[in-house]
Amino acid sequence: MPLTPPQRARYARQLALPEIGESGQIRLAAARILIVGAGGLGSPAAYYLAAAGIGTLGLADDDVVEASNLQRQILHGTADIGRPKIESAAQRLQALNPELRVRPHRERFDAAGAPQMLAGYDFVIDGTDNFAAKFQIADACLEAGKAYSHAGVNRFLGQTMTVLPGRSACYRCLFESPPPPPAAPEAPQGPLGALPGVIGAIQATEAIKYVLGIGKLLLDRILVYDAMELQVRIVAVHRRNGCVCNRPGGFHASAPKVI
Amino acid sequence: MKLTINGETAEWPADTCLRTVFERLGLRGQRVAVMVNGDVVTRSQHESFVVHEGDRIEILTLAGGG
Repeated sequence: MPLTPPQRARYARQLALPEIGESGQIRLAAARILIVGAGGLGSPAAYYLAAAGIGTLGLADDDVVEASNLQRQILHGTADIGRPKIESAAQRLQALNPELRVRPHRERFDAAGAPQMLAGYDFVIDGTDNFAAKFQIADACLEAGKAYSHAGVNRFLGQTMTVLPGRSACYRCLFESPPPPPAAPEAPQGPLGALPGVIGAIQATEAIKYVLGIGKLLLDRILVYDAMELQVRIVAVHRRNGCVCNRPGGFHASAPKVI
Repeated sequence: MKLTINGETAEWPADTCLRTVFERLGLRGQRVAVMVNGDVVTRSQHESFVVHEGDRIEILTLAGGG
C-alpha cells in the first residue's frame, strides 16, 4: 500500500534517504520486531523503532516499573511506578506513533515459550538483564533460525553483536555458557543510564538495517563500548569449532533469511 | 616478545601462556572470552594456551545487564 500524506510528512527525512525511500518505509511498516526486556536497552531500542515506523513491536517483560529503573529505562515515567512495564511502554510508544501495533507478552522469556513467541517476528532484540536470559535467547534464536541482536551492559561498559544463527558467530561461540551465579547476592552497580541508551540505539539501527537489507550488519564482530575511557572497539569473532551453532548436523533449524 | 592485548602492544616474556596474561591483568578467575588472532580459545584451554610473538589477543568480559 502506498504511503498516506500524513505518513509522507512524518517520515519525510527517511524517505529522503535513498537507502530507505518509499519502498523501504513500506518494508518497515510490514516488519515485526520482538524486544525482550523493556528496560535500559529495550527502552531506547523500542522508542527509535516506533519512531522509525516499524509496524509491529512485540514487548516481552513481566516486571513492574520501580523507582530505581527510571535513571535509564526511558520508556517509563514517575507516574508509572508499580505498573507493568509492558503497559507503560505500550502507552508511551503509541503516544509517539499511534500507527504502531504493540504486542504485549507479559511473561519471562524461557525455553518452553520461546518458539511460539519468536514465530511471529522477523528480528529479535535482546534487552534482557541477566545471563540466563541472554543464553536462552541465543539458543532459541539458533533453534528458530531467527536473526537477533545481542547486547549486555555492565557499569560503564556495553557490548553488542548481531547474529544470523548458523551463519555468523554467535554468543555461545564467545562465551560458551553462563557464568555461575555469585555466591552472595551483589547489589547492582550501574549502569550509567546513557550507556544502554547508546547500545540500545545501535540495536535498533541493526534491526532497521536487517529489515531493509542495507549496509553491513555487526556480524562476526562484537562492538565493545567503554564509556569511561571513551573507547569503541570492534573485535572480529570467528565461529568457534565445536560451538552448538557450528556442529555438523547440530543446526537443524531453518536458516535465517539473508537479504 | 611483543603481544597486542585489547589493542595495546607491550613486551612479554617468551613462552607466555594465557594464565600469565590473566594473572598480570588481574583477570584470573573471572569469566572472560579470549580470542587470539580472531579465533576464540575454548574455555577449557584458557589457562594453558601458549601465545606467540606478534599475537593479537582480545579479552572480553561478560556484560549481563540490560
